[in-house]
Amino acid sequence: MLGELIPVVLRVNGDDYEVGVKPVETLLDVLREKLGLTGTPMMCDEGECGSCTVLIDGKPVLSCMTLAVECEGKDILTIEGLADPATGELHPLQRTFVERSGMQCGICTPGMILTAKALIDGNPDPTEDDVREALAGNLCRCGNYPRIAECVLAAAELMKGG
Amino acid sequence: MVGPKVEYIIPKTIEEACSLALKHKGEAKFFAGGTDLLVQIKHQEVLPKYIINIRGIPGYDYIIHNERDGLRIGAFATAQSIAVSPLIREKFNLLAQAAGKLGSLQIRQMATIAGNLCNAAPSAETATPLLVLGARAKIVGADGERTVPIEDFFTGVRRTVLKPDEILVELQVPDLPPHSGGVYLRQTVRKALDLAIVGVSTVVTMDGDVLNDVRIALAAIAPTPVRARGAEEILRGKKITGGLLQEAGQRAVGECTRADSIRASAEYRRTIIKVLVVRAIEQAVEQARAV
Repeated sequence: MLGELIPVVLRVNGDDYEVGVKPVETLLDVLREKLGLTGTPMMCDEGECGSCTVLIDGKPVLSCMTLAVECEGKDILTIEGLADPATGELHPLQRTFVERSGMQCGICTPGMILTAKALIDGNPDPTEDDVREALAGNLCRCGNYPRIAECVLAAAELMKGG
Repeated sequence: MVGPKVEYIIPKTIEEACSLALKHKGEAKFFAGGTDLLVQIKHQEVLPKYIINIRGIPGYDYIIHNERDGLRIGAFATAQSIAVSPLIREKFNLLAQAAGKLGSLQIRQMATIAGNLCNAAPSAETATPLLVLGARAKIVGADGERTVPIEDFFTGVRRTVLKPDEILVELQVPDLPPHSGGVYLRQTVRKALDLAIVGVSTVVTMDGDVLNDVRIALAAIAPTPVRARGAEEILRGKKITGGLLQEAGQRAVGECTRADSIRASAEYRRTIIKVLVVRAIEQAVEQARAV
């Protein structure tokens, strides 16, 4: 058994992937290296920055701190799975981030958007304080926080209307 | 990430986990939330041959309360579940405050309270509330179970009383007497994703204007989280005054053994200890008077 690959089925963005993973292999590594889903960026790789946030069963978690082997049977959503799969239409959060310059260098954006999605799904009418609190674990080295908060609030408005 | 050769084991029960750890003594690590252990593995500070994932063992993430036993928290309750628990917020709010400061939302949803304690960082958020609340840790090992006061749990930086085959399975927190209040305060550079430069927990029980009982614990200022007994003695049984508070705060500074570190100079840390102890007692007294 020692060092052998463990077969797992990962459900990512609604698709099932059969992969062999090492016991100490993070979800982030498997997403990027084995599934080719590079929309989830690797930044600090030690749970300090929030860039690699994905949603597991609707909750924001750090994929760099999650063992892939633990993810079997769970619903994983990455940034690639956020737009409508049939029409390609962007999610309201993606739209407002584009329209209102929610991204500068873009590295923190997937994590910001997914963390914000979990917030709005649980609290459709967040205040700016709610947004800042929810996104406190996502660092933006460009310092674009005011616009990011504005984009999230705008997306929440759009989602209420839709 | 470096992929050391590791065998991954998922035991079905705590007892099975203990006997596996005994069998692979010195080569196995228990894995729960993983937010500390994975960083240590990535930095190659620990290189276990066996990872025993105990988080999947069902039935250990409860938060329950009854009149006889007080509060009981299962080992794998997450920091977030403690931070938002209406029960803990109502009766033991300082513990909810501290758990809510740990890491970030993402980290809190993964990190377990047992992991926070067993990792035994000097700055561990949940340690000082449990110290002042007089909590006990229920521990199960290959030879059976025992209960240890949290006060005796920490033995050094990242060291605890746990033997290699032992698992912290439950925290037991007795109810506070009437007219009690408690707070957790910390000083950090950032509001999130940061470790405390100083953390302070206090619990006070009032009899009119007199501090019937007072407990103070400090984090990040010594190898382990510690009670500030000297400061407590100054205040216990006394009528509260500004001068007395300053004297107690100054005495608490004496508990600090940390030299300059990456987070703060020793001088700054000592200054902050006094400020936070005084502030925490004032706020706890205010709370106690309100109930």
